[in-house]
Amino acid sequence: MTAFLAALLLGAGYNTAVVTIGAAILGGSAGAIGTFILLRKRSLVSDAVSHGTLPGLALAFIVMAWLTGDGRDIVALMAGAALSATLGLLCVDWITRRTRLTEDAAIGAVLSVFFGFGIVLLTVIQSLQTGGQAGIAGYLLGSTAGMLRSEAETIAVAALLTGAVVFALRRPFTLVCFDEDYAATRGIDVRLTDLAMMGVLLAVTVIGLKVAGLVLIVALTIIPPVTARFWTDRPGRMVLIAAAFGAAAGYVGAAISASGRDLPTGAVIVLTASAFFALSLVLSPVRGLMSGLVTRLRFRRRVHERQGLLALARGEAIYDPLTIKVLRRAGHIRADGVATLKGRAAAAAAVREEALWALYRRLHPDEAAALDHQGLVPIDRALPPDVVADLSARLEPALTGAR
Amino acid sequence: MGADFVVLSLVPIAIGILVSVSCALLGNFLVLRRQSLIGDAVSHVVLPGIVGAFVLTGTVAAGAMLLGAGIAAVVAVLIIEVVRRVGRVEPGAAMGVVFTTLFAAGVLLLEQSDTSTVHLDVEHALYGNLESLIWLAGGAGWPALLDAEALAALPPQLPRLALVTLAVVVFLLVFWKELVIGTFDATFAESIGARPGLVGFALIVMVAVAAVAAFDAVGSIIVIAMFICPPAAARLMTDRLVPQLAWSVLFAVVSAVAGYVLAGYGPLWLGASYSVSAAGMIATVSGLILALACLAGPRRFGSRTAARRRARQSQSSMSNSLQV
Repeated sequence: MTAFLAALLLGAGYNTAVVTIGAAILGGSAGAIGTFILLRKRSLVSDAVSHGTLPGLALAFIVMAWLTGDGRDIVALMAGAALSATLGLLCVDWITRRTRLTEDAAIGAVLSVFFGFGIVLLTVIQSLQTGGQAGIAGYLLGSTAGMLRSEAETIAVAALLTGAVVFALRRPFTLVCFDEDYAATRGIDVRLTDLAMMGVLLAVTVIGLKVAGLVLIVALTIIPPVTARFWTDRPGRMVLIAAAFGAAAGYVGAAISASGRDLPTGAVIVLTASAFFALSLVLSPVRGLMSGLVTRLRFRRRVHERQGLLALARGEAIYDPLTIKVLRRAGHIRADGVATLKGRAAAAAAVREEALWALYRRLHPDEAAALDHQGLVPIDRALPPDVVADLSARLEPALTGAR
Repeated sequence: MGADFVVLSLVPIAIGILVSVSCALLGNFLVLRRQSLIGDAVSHVVLPGIVGAFVLTGTVAAGAMLLGAGIAAVVAVLIIEVVRRVGRVEPGAAMGVVFTTLFAAGVLLLEQSDTSTVHLDVEHALYGNLESLIWLAGGAGWPALLDAEALAALPPQLPRLALVTLAVVVFLLVFWKELVIGTFDATFAESIGARPGLVGFALIVMVAVAAVAAFDAVGSIIVIAMFICPPAAARLMTDRLVPQLAWSVLFAVVSAVAGYVLAGYGPLWLGASYSVSAAGMIATVSGLILALACLAGPRRFGSRTAARRRARQSQSSMSNSLQV
């Protein structure tokens, strides 16, 4: 625990501190760009990108090992990874545009084939008589344990740069995500913007390989944006919230990972992000499980109250225990089930409401069908005053006539 | 092609073919239903399943592992459904959230538990070890195939996968009508009581079974490749479902055999003294087949793209004639 606190407060040595900050910046950038990818409904493209890096990584390792004797040059590995991921991205694009295959099939094909070919190259590396082979395995699942200071600094700076690019391009990105055609009329090149979006995604993926590993880096671009979606309906805020969740996951995850043995960085960061997601799924005020449950209970109570009041108005006995409870809570009936003065007034009001709604549904069936929960909302709150006045004017003679 | 081949290569090739065919058959429906990536998700969650089974039972017995992996796969599919419905999250993103989380949990669990005494690691789950499934009792060469004693010593993966392939074929035959209607017109299927939702779930369960049975022989990457590449390539060859299935089986068999042979002997032909990963090579070959189909498959454009091309051509020919 103390080790965790030390790492969390950046007190566990310079290297750990740089790695932790780097992971936080990386998480922030990934969350920000992932938001746009999610809004563009292309989340799993990042899966193809991340798996697509493997052949490039392996080839870069082989080339560097052949040239210099050691393949673990992080810049060369990143360049190789970026090249082959770009190729994979182009393949996905080409397959979806030129053939009848859908994007999901194209993504799956590219990710499995590129990864398979990468594995072939990895076995070639294993047979080479060269050092630093463990270095390449770190890219599969991510490891920050043996990370050099320069590597950590490279990652932090590169992640910061991509974050800046996302910030600079946020407007065209948002426009293209929501309305391609409108964006085009505003003079934005949709294809170019899409390309830029994918380019940033690719950059984040490649930068994050060493930290999260290529199987798990995709989680950093998917989970924080999905989490953020639970908290807002506004794209600008969603980007910020996603970046904040991503950064927090990166920071806390890296700190936890640094504080103990056998805590692989990528997995811990992803699980931290997932924990945020699970909390949001339950607690979100708009779309969460809890708020859904509360809404449902409140709705049920109102249905019971309304039905109970109508029964009171008709002078019928009430047997349903929940209805009795609701009416008693509201003070509409006494303990022996007899309506109070207030209850009788409310019952009369409910009858009138019900009659107004029924009339509205008969006169304007289409508009009525378009409203949700019609009938339970007080009618003068749901409809404009002139409509309500018109309805009551039509209703009054009918009511008096019945009497 | 003598005794060496029977001992070293016969069983891996047979296993490769069985895995490829069972995955490709199911993959046809996944590709048509735009659920290709379910195979990807399911084969990732196999890892937490096997690690969980190991932590609970303390052994690497095949039964416990398969059960654990199967349970994990079904649970994952259910969680994806919950996240999609409750959180109103887009299906692709829901899948991405769930399978990465479970995979991360598997990695963490694996690192935390003491697996130093057993052969269990992430790399193995990802790309298996097809080459190690040798048949020592087959030393007598081809005649060993008729020897009951030698047959009893076959690697257990082979009969298991044969059984799974059989189950896949039976599943397709029994639910053929429901699968086809549900795949092409779910609303119509619902209206005539064909239960497309239920059949769809059964398909996913079969996908999980195939993926789980395959993973310890060949790893998950080849499984994903086989779910998608042969059916996708077959889709570009024909417009009819049964021929598409036939093409996909052909492509799967070719990938398995060619991939294995290239991995085992290819480097030797190039003068190197090692072999490369067979699972990776099989995936690579299936990708090459798909690439060829994309370039030259007779039905590669489909009706929509073809119509667009025709329109463009007639437009250009019209402008040509205008110039004339």
